[in-house]
Amino acid sequence: MTTTTETPTTTAPPPVKVRGVSRGPVYLGVGIIAVLWTIPSLGLLINSFREPSDIRSSGWWTVFGSLFDTTAWTLDNYARVLDEGFGNAFANTLAVSIPAVVIPITIAAFAAYAFAWMQFPGRNLLFVTIVGLMVVPLQMALIPILRIYTDFNVTGTFPAVWLAHAGFGMPLAVYLLRNYMGSLPGSLIESAKIDGADHFLIFTRLIVPLSVPVLASFAIFQFLWVWNDYLVALVFLGIEPSQRVLTVELADLAGRGEGALNLLPAAAFVTMVLPLVVFFALQRFFVRGLTAGSVKG
Amino acid sequence: MTTPPVLDDEAPQQQAIYEEEQAGGAAVWVLRIVSALVVPVVIIGVFFAFDFLKNEDTNKVIQVLVALVVGIVGVWALYWGMDNLTNLLPTRAAASVRPFVYAGPAVVLLAFYLVYPAINTTILSFQNARSTAWVGFDNYVDIFTQSQYLIGIRNSLVWVLVVPFAAVAIGLAFATLADKLGRRTENITKSLIFLPMAISFVGASVVFTFIYAFRPEGFGDQIGLLNGIWTAFGASPVNWLQQQPWNNLFLMVILVWLQTGFSMVILSSAIKSVDESLLEAARIDGASEWQAFWRVTFPVISSTVVVVWTTVLITTWKVFDIVWVMTGGRDGTQVVAQQMVQEFFTNFNAGIGASLAVLLFIAVVPILIININRFRAQEAMR
Repeated sequence: MTTTTETPTTTAPPPVKVRGVSRGPVYLGVGIIAVLWTIPSLGLLINSFREPSDIRSSGWWTVFGSLFDTTAWTLDNYARVLDEGFGNAFANTLAVSIPAVVIPITIAAFAAYAFAWMQFPGRNLLFVTIVGLMVVPLQMALIPILRIYTDFNVTGTFPAVWLAHAGFGMPLAVYLLRNYMGSLPGSLIESAKIDGADHFLIFTRLIVPLSVPVLASFAIFQFLWVWNDYLVALVFLGIEPSQRVLTVELADLAGRGEGALNLLPAAAFVTMVLPLVVFFALQRFFVRGLTAGSVKG
Repeated sequence: MTTPPVLDDEAPQQQAIYEEEQAGGAAVWVLRIVSALVVPVVIIGVFFAFDFLKNEDTNKVIQVLVALVVGIVGVWALYWGMDNLTNLLPTRAAASVRPFVYAGPAVVLLAFYLVYPAINTTILSFQNARSTAWVGFDNYVDIFTQSQYLIGIRNSLVWVLVVPFAAVAIGLAFATLADKLGRRTENITKSLIFLPMAISFVGASVVFTFIYAFRPEGFGDQIGLLNGIWTAFGASPVNWLQQQPWNNLFLMVILVWLQTGFSMVILSSAIKSVDESLLEAARIDGASEWQAFWRVTFPVISSTVVVVWTTVLITTWKVFDIVWVMTGGRDGTQVVAQQMVQEFFTNFNAGIGASLAVLLFIAVVPILIININRFRAQEAMR
C-alpha cells in the first residue's frame, strides 16, 4: 500500500498510521458502510438488465455465477417501460420541472435583493416569517390550494403545478439568495451608487452576475426536488395516464404488484437517470447550497 | 403592527448603503400594496387565463416554451416596467415604493401558497368532512382517541426518534473515518453514500422492494435480498413488511438510506473545518483518537450536528411517499403525514385531514422557533 493518495499536507508516517489511526479499522468501517449503501441500487441496476422471467424467478445476486452468459442480459425491459407510459411521463416531468425551476428564480432574486440591500417597513418581520415558513409542512397547503384550483378549473394543468412549486420553493429561494447577496461587499454597491447606478442597474449588472453560484445551487436544489416530488404532482396534476409524471407512474407500477415486478427495476432507473446526471455533474453547487442551509416544506 | 425590538437590529453592512429619504402616508401604502400585487397577478392571470395552456391536447413543448418565455422574459420585463413606473413618482415616494416592487411579488406568492392555506386548513380542521358545518374539537378528539390515528402518531414519533439518530450517527461515523483516508478514496466513497440523495422517495421504495420481497415457501426462489440471506441460513422466508411492529423499522431503513448522505456531507465539511493543531495538541498530550474525537472535534461541530438533526427530523416527520408506496399504511405502518393524504384524498374527509395537517404543523413549531432564533443570532454576528 502506498501513500500516493494522501493529501500533500498530511505528515503522518506511512504506511501503517494515518493521522494517528491504524488503517485497517478505518478501511473496514468505510468499506462496510459504502458496500451496504451501494448494494440496494446495484441490485436494482442488475435486475433491470435481466430477462423478465429471471427477475421473477431468482434473486439478482445469482447472476454472479454466470456473469458472462450474454443470453441472460437484455435491454427489453427499458424498451417496454418507455413504451408503456414512462416515455410520456418523462416528457411530462420535464414539462413540470423546467418552468417550476425557472419561474421562482427571478421572483426570489428580486426579493432577496430587496431584503439584503433596501430599507422598508416590516422588512425584518417579513424575512423572519420567511425563515419560519421554510419548515411549514406542505400538507398544510394541500386542501385549500386544491379547492381554489378546482374553483378556477385549473386542476390537472401544468401551470397549476408550476406555480405551486414556485410558491412552495419560495421560502428556501429567498432565504438562500438573500444570505448570499447580503454577504457581498457593501463597498461594491456603494461605489456603483456613486457612479450613478440605480437599484435596477445595480441588481441586474452587479448583483445577479455575482450571485450565479447561489442561483445555480438553488436551481439544482429545486430541480431535484420537483423532479422527485410525488405529493404535489399527485394532488395537483393527478393520475390521468396522459398527465402522469414519473413518480406517479412509478408508484402506480409498484402498486400493481407481482404482475409488474419485471418492469419495476428498469422503470425506476428511467425515473432516476436525469437527477443522477444533474447531481453528479453539478455536485459542487449542490453541496454549497446544502451547507448554506435548511430544508423546505 | 409593532415589531419586537430584536427585529430592529440591522445588520451593520446594511445600514450605510442606500439610505434614502422615504415618504409615509396612506397614499404611499396604497401604491406599495398595488405594486406588490401587479407581478404575481399578471403571472397567475397569464397562466390561468389562456385556455391552450390548460388544454391537454396542446403540445407539451409549446406549453413549456410559453412558460419559459413568460417565466424568464416576461417576469423580467414586468419588473423592469414596474421599476420604470416607480421612477415616475416623486423621488421620496419612489424610494418608499421601490422595495415593495422588488420584494412584494415573492411575499404575495408566499401569502397565497403558504400563509393563506395554513390559516384556511386550521379553520377546516374545526369543520366536518365536507366542510359544511362546525364541529368544534371533534376532529381532534377523533385523532387523539381512535386507535388507527393513535398508531399513526405513535409510529411517526418512533420515526422521528430513530431516523435522525441513525442518519446522523452513521453519517458522522462515515465522515470521521473517511476524513482519515486519502482524498481520492474519500471522494469516491462519499459519492457512494451521497448517491441516494438524487433518488426520489418513490424510487427508493422500489429499490427496497427487491430487498424485502417475499415468496412463500414452495413458491420459487426468493428474489428479495433479505430473504435470500435469511433462507440461506436455513430459516423459513419471512414477509418482512407484514411483521408488526418490525415492519415500521424496515420502512425507516429506506429513509435512513436516503438521508445519511445529506448528514454525512454537512458533517464532513464541519469536521474539515476543525483546527488540525487542536487535534495535534490533544494527541501529543496522549489522547487516543476516540478521545480526540469526543473531546475536541465533537464540541466544535455540535451546532452543525443539531442543524443536521433537526433538518432530517423535519423531513422524517413529513414522510409520506415511502409508506404510501411500500405498504399503503397497512399492517400497522401508518404515519401521520400519510394518513393526512389518505383522509383527504381517499376518504374525502377534509376535517380529519386538516386536523392531521395542523398536528404536523404544531409539532414543528418548536423547530421553527429554534430556526428563527438561530437566524437572529447569525444576523447579530454578521
